[in-house]
Amino acid sequence: MTDKQKTLQPISRGSPEKYTERMALEEGTIKSSSRRSFLSGAATAAAAATVASTTSALAAPLEVQPSSKSMGRTTVPTGYGMPSKYEADVTRNRTDIFVNKQNFSDWSMTPIQHQQGIVTPNGLMFERHHAGIPDIDPDTHDLVIHGMVRQPMKYSMSDLMRYPSVSRFHFMECSGNGLTDWLSVKSDTVQQTHGLLSCTQWTGVPVSWLLDEVGLEAGAKWLLFEGADGSAHARSIPLDKAMDDALLVFAAGGEMLRPENGYPLRGFMPGWEGNTSVKWLRRIKVSDQPWHLRSETARYTDPMPEGKWRQFSMEMECKSVITNPSGGMQLQGPGLYEIQGFAWSGRGKVSSVDITLDGGKSWRTADLEGPVMDRCLTRFRYRWNWDGGPAKIASRALDSTGYVQPTVAELASERAIVGFVQHHNGIFPWAVSASGEVTNAIA
Amino acid sequence: MQLHKIAIAGGLAFALSLGGALANSSKPAVSFGTPITEADVAAWDIDVQTPTGKGLPAGSGTAAQGKELFDAQCVACHGADAGGGSQYGSMVGGVGSFVTEKRRLTPGSMYPYAPILFDYIKRAMPMTAPQSLSNDEVYALTAYIYALNELVAEDAVLDAASLAAIEMPNRDGFIVDDRPDAAAVRCMDDCE
Ligand code: HEC
Repeated sequence: MTDKQKTLQPISRGSPEKYTERMALEEGTIKSSSRRSFLSGAATAAAAATVASTTSALAAPLEVQPSSKSMGRTTVPTGYGMPSKYEADVTRNRTDIFVNKQNFSDWSMTPIQHQQGIVTPNGLMFERHHAGIPDIDPDTHDLVIHGMVRQPMKYSMSDLMRYPSVSRFHFMECSGNGLTDWLSVKSDTVQQTHGLLSCTQWTGVPVSWLLDEVGLEAGAKWLLFEGADGSAHARSIPLDKAMDDALLVFAAGGEMLRPENGYPLRGFMPGWEGNTSVKWLRRIKVSDQPWHLRSETARYTDPMPEGKWRQFSMEMECKSVITNPSGGMQLQGPGLYEIQGFAWSGRGKVSSVDITLDGGKSWRTADLEGPVMDRCLTRFRYRWNWDGGPAKIASRALDSTGYVQPTVAELASERAIVGFVQHHNGIFPWAVSASGEVTNAIA
Repeated sequence: MQLHKIAIAGGLAFALSLGGALANSSKPAVSFGTPITEADVAAWDIDVQTPTGKGLPAGSGTAAQGKELFDAQCVACHGADAGGGSQYGSMVGGVGSFVTEKRRLTPGSMYPYAPILFDYIKRAMPMTAPQSLSNDEVYALTAYIYALNELVAEDAVLDAASLAAIEMPNRDGFIVDDRPDAAAVRCMDDCE
């Protein structure tokens, strides 16, 4: 690479989070190290060396870029496309707050601060495994439905894919999303506080179709969904959910599931905590009562006052979070910033999102960007003219049932916030300092 | 195996609805699966309905046998006497801790029904070789871990009946989902 070429390379963002520059709407406040300036083609090393310039400063004369004066890479005969090498820092990351002693029963989080639109790229969908990721050959994978049925049946993947299918947009969230940050600040970024969250278009076959085929015996009320991984992860699912909207999913985001998301087959329970959507699904057993397995007694339960635990808390309640600006980002001086984030509800559609800039004393309504879909991520936007003073920003979502996203204090008055606490849907504030630094302000 | 397609309950009703607005998302009158007998599902049929013990297989094991198996196959990750090891914390004690600021979750303190331990070991442990233990071995390991938790005697022998009969300290520790609980109000001005 010649020196000249080097000076024209876009500058790396360095720390993945220090790039809020791209949120600034006024050209002059954008540092050339930002993605936005890279995309605008105006980045030069000279501009990068200066601090944020004023709107009146003239841009340097343009030079023809190397990409215009050379041939690009060839079209490979076959191959799977990958993101630009300049996006290499956009990755899902294991939690660095709650570090498991091993990484087979473990999780990794979606960089939602980098997500554009409502669809999470497949390679960034959050992960939660209980015994690592199996690589299952679809030609050897079967689903069995048995138990309280008239005729137990076995379905190969090609059997299942021969059915007509349905495609639906839904979010998926782990019940443990946010568990590190209830009463004290532990995480720096929204990836760590809210990254057990993804959204895509899921494709598969309604569970109810196959239950009709096997024929339910009188008294059938619960189904066991069980995986073919080394943990044989399993959950009891009420029959009503299965008949209502549960899917047997083989594809997401336009392609077959990724191994880490359940290839070749998973259950999908719209709006419910992620682990009920059992991955690598091999078996559905029909019964008259739930199983009360370790995964629904000792795990995925919520501590309650007086030493109790709440069980079968499957629905993910209405929630929202500001993703831009969020923890670890740096505002580049006063002016216009678009506050962006996600809102969602496991009980229906998002009906409104409110924004506070003063730590909850006053609220104003944000714009919801369509499509606003049932149990799906909804993007909200709010134009904020930052005056350069300290601010505390947060979002509050309402859903179609009338439920209002509560504060942590309101949740803590009902539940016991002690230890490993699931189902954190509390309002989540970020502090903006006078120097533009954005930090976690949950406590 | 006979490859007959079973009759579909309600198939006619669904067929009649074709052509309606929702035709494309209603159940098609087809069946592409293959019938299978419960006997042929046996190798996968590992679940235990833990409140009743339904699904617990024949077989038995002692805590002493369990200790031997544990020291050979589990101790590397779970530590001596299941007191905590390289991969996982203690599996002993914790009863009474749920009313303190530090709840200690173990099979003894947390499981409401004793067969949960059998079900979990059988489906998921040892983590390096799940579903490799015989039913007798799983009973033995279950007896050993419950003996360490002082829920059965050190010379206990567990089988389907005796395991289901153990009374667990956290039997009544659960509330079924009763949310929404927090009732927040949408305040816009002069809040808090
Ligand atoms: C390679 C390490 C490893 C080995 C070997 C291993 N385990 Fe585990 N075990 C784990 C991990 C990790 C977990 C937690 C898994 C989770 O929560 O998803 C676990 C969880 C458990 C639990 C649940 C504990 C609770 O508090 O609910 C039991 C019981 C258990 N193991 C028993 C055994 C037995 C019995 C053996 C030997 C036959 C064994 N394990 C071997 C790593 C191991």
